[in-house]
This record gives sequence, C-alpha cells and structure tokens, in this order.
Amino acid sequence: MRYLPHTNEDISSMLQVIGIDTLDGLFSSIPEDCRRAGDLNLPKPLSEWELNDHMSKLAGSTAVSPEYKVFMGAGSYEHFIPESISYLLSRSEFATSYTPYQPEMSQGTLQAIYEYQTLTARLLGMEVANASLYDGASALAEALLMAIRITRRKKIAVSSLIHPLYRRVVQTYLAPTCCQIVELPYLKNGRTDLITLDEIDDLAAVAVQSPNFFGCIENLQAIGKKTHDKDTLFITSFTEPLAYGLLKNPGSLGADIACGEGQSLSIPRSFGGPVLGMFASKMKYVRNMSGRLVGKTKDMDGKKGFVLTLATREQHIRREKATSNICTNSSLCALAAVMYMASVGGTGIRELARLNYDKSEYLKKEFKKAGFTISFDSTTFNEFVVKFPAGFETKYENLLDKKIVSGLPLATYYPELTNQYLFCVTETKTKEDMDALIRGVKS
Amino acid sequence: MKESLGTTGLILNEPMLWEKGKKGRCGFSYPQRDVESYHLDDELTGTGPDFPDLSEVDVVRHFTRLSQWNFGVDTGMYPLGSCTMKYNPKTNERQARLEGFSGAHPLLPTHLSQGVLKLMFQLEGFLSGITGMDAVTLQPAAGAHGELAGMLIIHAFHKSKGLHCSKIIVPDTAHGTNPASAALCGYRSVPVKSNEKGVLSAEAVAEIMDEDTAGIMITNPNTLGFFEENVKKIAEIVHSKGGLVYCDGANMNAVMGIVHMGEIGVDVLHLNLHKTFSTPHGGGGPGSGPVCVKKDLETFLPVPRVVKNNNRYLLSENFPDSIGKMHAFYGNVGVMIKAYSYILSMGPDNLKKASQLAVLNANYIRKKLQGIFHLAYDRPCMHECIFSDKLQKAQKITTLDIVKRLMDYGFHPPTIYFPLVVNGAIMIEPTETESKENLDLFIEACKAVANEAQDNPGLLRKAPTRCKVRRLDETTAARHPCLTG
Repeated sequence: MRYLPHTNEDISSMLQVIGIDTLDGLFSSIPEDCRRAGDLNLPKPLSEWELNDHMSKLAGSTAVSPEYKVFMGAGSYEHFIPESISYLLSRSEFATSYTPYQPEMSQGTLQAIYEYQTLTARLLGMEVANASLYDGASALAEALLMAIRITRRKKIAVSSLIHPLYRRVVQTYLAPTCCQIVELPYLKNGRTDLITLDEIDDLAAVAVQSPNFFGCIENLQAIGKKTHDKDTLFITSFTEPLAYGLLKNPGSLGADIACGEGQSLSIPRSFGGPVLGMFASKMKYVRNMSGRLVGKTKDMDGKKGFVLTLATREQHIRREKATSNICTNSSLCALAAVMYMASVGGTGIRELARLNYDKSEYLKKEFKKAGFTISFDSTTFNEFVVKFPAGFETKYENLLDKKIVSGLPLATYYPELTNQYLFCVTETKTKEDMDALIRGVKS
Repeated sequence: MKESLGTTGLILNEPMLWEKGKKGRCGFSYPQRDVESYHLDDELTGTGPDFPDLSEVDVVRHFTRLSQWNFGVDTGMYPLGSCTMKYNPKTNERQARLEGFSGAHPLLPTHLSQGVLKLMFQLEGFLSGITGMDAVTLQPAAGAHGELAGMLIIHAFHKSKGLHCSKIIVPDTAHGTNPASAALCGYRSVPVKSNEKGVLSAEAVAEIMDEDTAGIMITNPNTLGFFEENVKKIAEIVHSKGGLVYCDGANMNAVMGIVHMGEIGVDVLHLNLHKTFSTPHGGGGPGSGPVCVKKDLETFLPVPRVVKNNNRYLLSENFPDSIGKMHAFYGNVGVMIKAYSYILSMGPDNLKKASQLAVLNANYIRKKLQGIFHLAYDRPCMHECIFSDKLQKAQKITTLDIVKRLMDYGFHPPTIYFPLVVNGAIMIEPTETESKENLDLFIEACKAVANEAQDNPGLLRKAPTRCKVRRLDETTAARHPCLTG
C-alpha cells in the first residue's frame, strides 16, 4: 500500500528494538475480550484508477451546472470561483498543516487568518471578527449563547425569516438549557413583524436575518433601535455576505453581533459543507466570544508576527468554564474567503453585488411580465419568492427533466406558502438562462 | 550524525494585503453584464467594504509567500500527539473536487443527488463496520461538534426516561473539549484520576458513579497512549446505575481492526475523519466528527438521515426522538468524500496494518528516546508515547525550549503540556505514514537537542532560529489584543 512505507525488514528490525516478535504482540495490553474476532467487513481495496472510475460514476449522477441550471439559493449559492483561489488553496503548506498552536511554523496560516478577520470585520462593519466557525447555523447558535452569557437572561427572540434550518440548529443547541425561544412572525411585505416585541421583556437578544430567507432586505436600523431601547443585544444573521458589497452593513445599522454563512465567498457548495461560519461583534464583547482569534504581536527581535490569542476563553485552557466547546475553525474555508475578498477587491465586490441585484431584478420583472405574482414587495438582493397557480409541482417536475431547477418549494418550511417558490439568481446565470426559465414556466 | 533536515532557504517578506494594491486593480474576471441596471433605494445602499484592489498576480504572490512560512505534513514529520497527523492522500482531493460533488446544491431533489447520498450511506456503513457500532451520523462538522452531538444524545436518552442527571464523569486525562461539550448540556464534570499505570481503575469509577450521573466520557486509547483495559468493567458499573458510556474516538487510529468498540460497553463514540481517516487538517479545519451509537440510541441521532428504500436513497426527517439538527445541511460532505476514498483505497487489511504500524512507530520512538527524555510511564504504549522535561530540569530547560529547538532541526513539535497529568508533557504520535528512516532522523534530532540542553542550553532558550520569526510575545498579544488591521 503506497501510504505505508514499512518494508518487512523495517518491521523486523523495529520489533527487535522494542523487544517483541510480532506486530500482534504490540497489542498485548488489550484484554482478549475487547478484541475483534474476525476481519473488518469492508470492500477490498481499489487501485487509484479503479477509485477514479468509481467516484466519477457516483459524482456523475448529481444535477450540477453547467448541465443543469439551478435557480436555487436558500443558504447555498452558486458563484464563480477563480482558478487562482482553488490553486492557492491546494498548496499543501496550507492544507496539510494543523491548528497554528506553534506560531513560528505557522505564520502563513496566522497572517492569512488575521487578514480574514480584518476583511470580515470591514465587510460587516464590525469591530472584531473571529477566525470562523463551522457554518452559518452554528454561528447563529453560538451568537445566541454568547448573548445569554453576556446578559445573563434566558429568553431570546428569533425572526421566523431566519433560515428555517438555522433555527432548527438553534433549537438543538438550546434544548438542554432552560432558555425560551420566541419566534417573531413575518409581515405581508416579507419583513419581520416586530409587534410582539413590545410584549416581551427580559430578552437576551433579538436575532434577524438580512437579506432574510425570502430574500427581502430587513429594516435593520429600525429593529436595532427597538432592540436597544429594550436594553437587549441585537444579532444579525446572513446567508449571502455578498449583499454587503452593495447594501449597508449590519455594523453601521446597530448590530452587536453579526454572524452568518460565508459559503458565497468562493467556497464550493459541496452538498452543504464544508462551509464557513462568519462571526463578528463589538470589541467590548470579545472576551465572551467563542472560537479562535488571531492577534498581532512581536517576536524576540521586535519583528511583526501573529499568534492565536485570548485562549483563556477556550476549552483547552478553561475546560468546562470555556465560552464554547469549539476546538476548530473552518480555517481553509476562511482562507478561501480572504483570497476571494482580496481578488474581487473593494471596487469589484460592489460591482459584483450590483450585478447579482440587477440580474435578480431582471428575472423578477420577467416573472411579473409573464403574469406571475412576486409574493413580497420589499426590496430584495439576489433571491425572491414567486407565487404560481395551483398545480405548479407538475411543471416543476417537467422543468427538472429539462435540467432546470426552478427554485425551492417553500411549503416544506412554511406550510402556508403553498405554490410559492424561492428563486435565486447570481452572476452565473445569463439573460439567456433566465429567458429559458421563463419560457419553461410559461409553457 | 547525518545532516539534519532543518536549514534555511530564501523565503520572502510580504506586507499585509491592505498594504498592497492600487485602487482600480482587480483580480477577478467579471462576467458580461447582459441586463440593464435597476433602481435601488439610496436608503439601503452602503458605501461598500474597504477592501484593497489587487491584481491576480498580487493575490497569488501574496498567498504563495505566506504558504512558504507554514509547515505541513507534506513538508515533514508532524508528530503531534492525539492529532494523528498522517499523510493526506492526493487522490482524495481529486475525488472531493469532482464537479458532481463540489457543485452539488444541498437542497436538490433527492433523485438528482443519488450519488452523493449513496456515498454517505455507504460511509456510515464503513464506519459502523470499523467501530463495531450499530448506527452512524455524519452530520457533526468536527470532533468537538461530535462530542456535543453525543452528549445531546445522552441527554435526550435520560430525558426520554424522565430522568435529569446533573453530572458526568470525565477522567483527568481527557481533552478539554470533553468537559466543555458536557457543560453545554448542563452537566457538571466530575473528575476521576487515572491510576499509576495511566489508566482508569474500575474502583475509582465505582466510588463516584451514582444515579445522578449521566455517564462517563472515556478516551480510548486514552491521551497517555494506553488502552483503557478496565473499560468493560467500568461500563458495567456505569450501566448498572443507569448511565451511558461515551467514548472519544480521537485515538481510533491505534485500534482499527483490533478492537470491537461495540462489544466493550461503549454506547456512543465519535470519530475524527481528519485524524484516523486521513483528511487534511487545513490549518485548523474543516474536519468532520461522525458519531456512532448502539442500536438503542439510534432513535436519537440527528436528522435528516440518509435511508435506503427500494434501491433509492432518501433524506428522512421521520425520526421523532431525534435530537434535531447539528448543521444547516448534512455536515462536511467534502470531508466525508475524502474519508470514503481513503477507506476504499486502503481496504480492510491495510486499515488494520495502519493501526499496527502506528503502534509500532510509537513504541520504536518510546524505546529509542527512553533515557534521552524522561518517559512518563515505563510500559508499552499504543499510538503515542509521553515524555517530559524532567531530565532537563537541572539545566533549567523546559519542554517549550526543547520543542522550539526541534523546529531548527526540521520537525514540527509534538503536542506539549498535555495531558495535564504529566508535568511538562511531550506527547509524540508519529503515525503509520512515517518510515523508519524518518523516525531515525527525528530520534537523532531529539538526541542532538538533549545533548545541547546539557552542553549549550542557551541554544534551546533562543530557539527557533531558522523559522520566519523567533519566539513570539503571546502575553502582550493577550493583554492588548490587536485582532484586526
């Protein structure tokens, strides 16, 4: 086996040094009744070339572009990924290294993560960002737990327009605590309804997503003000960070914690993971933050360098008193994100975000022209909801046969929204693709 | 001595990203604008983030230079204890990059994602076969995430019986994530000491186990590199009081094909695909932390679960007792693909061989370094061995000094100051993918450092001298945090 370098001669001479006769003898400390009786029941090994065939066959059965036109976002977005980024990420100095606990040998990862933290903070308009978390959902759960720690209160309000799957992860995380989750309903215009907030006191946090799950841009400023008037922390979540290339960022609108999914920043969809939990807050809360942080410092000669810092928040120092059990970040995904933010640049991200908005507006307009209803009239970014006549499921299936995935049926997540579909258009869809979709839907 | 690996070469300085570039440059190929521009309310429009503008060449040079300041498994031996830094096969990367996997939207109708669902279903079966446990979830995104899922399962199990336990037993050798994960479920950790052999005694567990204790979190093999030989007895004691046995499988690399985890009393076990199953650590993530359980706990596993029905693979939410969702979608599928491709490349016999060679390598190092450094427990080990700086104390040389000097010889340091029960611990896990020649070079380097500690201790205190930077001031970094530029 090509990954196992030992020759028989090596094995004998090493066993001799250890003073035993056989490889089995190495396991003498394991009691007989803990041993496995037979061999492992697994397929026989494949050669590299057999494996390639096998995997290509498996991969070949998935509906992906360019063969399929997938007009579905909902927390996982198709964006163009520059080859330069894929190439840089495959550098094994980045990919095959461990967490940078030994900073002298990890300055590459450390500086890159510090740059990621910086550009993330700038994108979100926040004072400090961590080195990343697992995904947007766990980032939201960690934000809520952080707010509970800071305020020592046990109740949180969460908009029903936060990604439904994120809200389910939050429920899982909070299940063993005695915290109460209040769900804020939504208005006819596709924004969060704040009316119930007036009746609730003692909230640790109010959490909303913008653009929200329906693609609508929330009035973060107004929600932030109302939240702060109640002396409560304001958490904003997101699934599409590219939006902040064009829209006002959460920090400028009063967010205390901004967190969400960074997959859009050149991370392949990979059936939902690995992705990137982005997490930022005001500096005054940094010691309550979960996850790793990279800080700038100096070496013995006074030269600039970077280290993991504020580790006293973390499990390997604080054990059960840590701010979180997290022992990892999505480091390589964070690297992809910083490479992407640097590649598109300040000028470019604005242009690219604008293109997403314009394409999405074009498709919206074409749907209207074709006689369909746009469900919510609030401004959107690159996603929006369309209402179809009853029986659209058959059309949806027909379009799948034509290799068009025409949005995401919302009734799975919002039973009241029958025949309503969430569409997404990014820079990867041409006018021709959109026109073909409209023709298909009309036919 | 042979020439050491460590040397100096030309690496380049590189400023911060925002100190480079010029307004108007761009490193991205813009798609054609084929639609007009639409009105957007000024109220909503921001000024855009303050990112530097760089060309593609700027970006590529920047990150290439940064990468050269890093050390990876592909650079050299990375003997971090309990981290299993084995070689990361390149074919795995090819498989995960296939467009049908990397381009797959997670919410595709299941009949359009059969291949990836089949892969996940089969991987669950492989992991179940390797561990001997009955059912598997692949959803947790990392080891600690798996621990949390496991603890939530244990919490849900007790709750389903109408019980509310307040405590959990955690050995003093456990990873810090264990008590931290338990705390998220509201459990107070009750420590239990390992005995003079470095393992738990059944008596010590019997003394503290009671009906208010949800169970025990064992790492097996443990972080001292020993098999918890009393595990069956311990499991009986825990089970007799209604508790469950959680096993941290971080060190599974020592016992593949050797131990049947399902038959030693373990109820819940998490694996680290980025350790045992060769997926790259990525400088700190992403990993993947599947959780394996016994039959009676299957009902609590996270949803959705991949199920097979009439030769079709489906994602089912129909598990009402489930703890819920741990991840927005299904976990780190890209990492699962690499582990799957590793298991298929290795096959059953080579996986067992990998464990045997991992244990062989660790014991070889243990024998060869005994007397050079102080061996914490003088007995055969599994996949890792623990030394300390006791013999170097007289020269006032610490573990930190020793491992920083090892860098100059071209090796990544072992894990240090962990587990906490060994003062100044130096925890070495060579893994099976290091050849005898590499081990010998490492051993020679350790001997050279130990000699220097005697003859010229100043060299160690000043080390490293061949890295991009010298030792860094971590105290000031924490006292006056500078976290953004």
